[in-house]
Amino acid sequence: MPSIAVENIIKKYGSKKEPVTALDDVSLEVSKGELFGVIGPDGAGKTSLFRILTTLLLADSGTATVDGFDVVKQYKEIRNRIGYMPGKFSLYQDLTVEENLRFFATIFNTSIQENYELIKEIYVQIEPFKDRRAGKLSGGMKQKLALCCALIHRPSVLFLDEPTTGVDAVSRKEFWEMLKALKQQGISILVSTPYMDEAELCDRVALIQSGKIMSIDMPQHIIQKFTKTMWSVRSAEMVRLLNDLQHYSNTEKCYAFGEFHHLVLKNESGGKDEILQYLQHLAHHEIELHLAQPNIEDCFIELMGNNKS
Amino acid sequence: MTETVITADKLTKKFGDFIATNEISFEVKKGEIFGFLGANGAGKTTAMRMFCGLLMPSSGAASVAGFDVYKQTEQIKKSIGYMSQRFSLYEDLTVKENIRFYAGIYGMSRSAIKEKSVLLLNQLNLSGEVNTLVKSLPLGWKQKLAFSVAIFHEPKIVFLDEPTGGVDPITRREFWNLIYQAAERGITIFVTTHYMDEAEYCNRVSIMVDGKIEALDTPRNLKKTYAAKSMDEVFLQLVRGAKRGE
Repeated sequence: MPSIAVENIIKKYGSKKEPVTALDDVSLEVSKGELFGVIGPDGAGKTSLFRILTTLLLADSGTATVDGFDVVKQYKEIRNRIGYMPGKFSLYQDLTVEENLRFFATIFNTSIQENYELIKEIYVQIEPFKDRRAGKLSGGMKQKLALCCALIHRPSVLFLDEPTTGVDAVSRKEFWEMLKALKQQGISILVSTPYMDEAELCDRVALIQSGKIMSIDMPQHIIQKFTKTMWSVRSAEMVRLLNDLQHYSNTEKCYAFGEFHHLVLKNESGGKDEILQYLQHLAHHEIELHLAQPNIEDCFIELMGNNKS
Repeated sequence: MTETVITADKLTKKFGDFIATNEISFEVKKGEIFGFLGANGAGKTTAMRMFCGLLMPSSGAASVAGFDVYKQTEQIKKSIGYMSQRFSLYEDLTVKENIRFYAGIYGMSRSAIKEKSVLLLNQLNLSGEVNTLVKSLPLGWKQKLAFSVAIFHEPKIVFLDEPTGGVDPITRREFWNLIYQAAERGITIFVTTHYMDEAEYCNRVSIMVDGKIEALDTPRNLKKTYAAKSMDEVFLQLVRGAKRGE
């Protein structure tokens, strides 16, 4: 039995005249103990999906189960078994760290002691501040407390809606290390993020845009499906280089990518020499050109292009 | 000599015993894209608020667009633009109303606003949406419009606080194209971001750790100095040692 099963979920908002489709026929399955990522920008439908699965929102059509229970008919069962960390900080700001944790433990008929082992590694980092009110914590500490509160009843499925949004690169890395450790405990995790680079830290991912899932697979498989040859190009004048490459007759696609531009050609036959000639003709200097390994962000851009046309 | 538009000399802000910004010193030139990086809680927002004339420093000196951050805060506010992911446009006003509101605040004349609005809306392909409420625009359009509104009055400097958070990868790049265009027109860009690939798009980058500027150079030189393959690595090396949280 999968931990999460979603079949043909549709959710629309707005008026009948001008409906906004948040989820457009979404289906996916998450296996027991899997770390599954929902990757997409704001407005892609991630939060709607999370709210439906956590029984806080009804879909217009389609079905979904969590831990084998139906999200509509058996919502009470589901609520006992899941942990949910919403995108917006939702703990009690006026309660202390410890009070928040005890509150959530009590609600689920358990105690901090009973499941302390599960949260120990995370909780020790905020324990020195256990008498501080939650509202006075730093962003990173709030995030850790919220994760502890979502875990204190030892849920079988954990829902994390954009836990790393607005968080710096170092704290993001630490957070993903915590998730890996939780996965070892057999907890299934559904996590959403707008950061494409986090896809590679998941077992499997769904790339989502405008309510539609564009691809579901292991990250390395999604990358393997990118079969076009991609070049990394750099010169002394990066802005002019981008413009020149975008106007090159053999360019299918060219966009900035960190310190290089990524370039996909329409026709590979002329290859490297032709690009070099073209750029030298335009007086570019310090040109560097080599084959590039695409990553999830390249795949996302490619898939977005396919969906538009 | 290119004009200097921001100078900071040992600029410091204390809140009680806590030194949020600790003697930071640097200069930013006209038309430069300056990346202002750091971990959460490193003191970036405090520094930005001082540069925007919103917060009085505790000690040190700084000038923005030639105006003093202690005495000439009103002149500073007139010479800058500001945009962040959290605060940008009024959701319950239309596209046109937002433009008129912001341009009006900066004292532009009605005719100038009218004339420039047409150009802007054409450039952003938003001509058909003038009377649309901003809240019903897709996020990507909103962010691009917010940036264009922030530089509508041709400020000398625009401060961008995580402008691309949560935006899809194509829109993120379109947004940076707007940044480049503005920089080419001579507008100085002062930008914070958590996307390390965006650090590469800046002319120079500073990295703040625990209130101090620990590194400041071009992305290329920073990578050389720290023997790192990417800006991500540079950032991790510097920030891993940070003592304090947000």
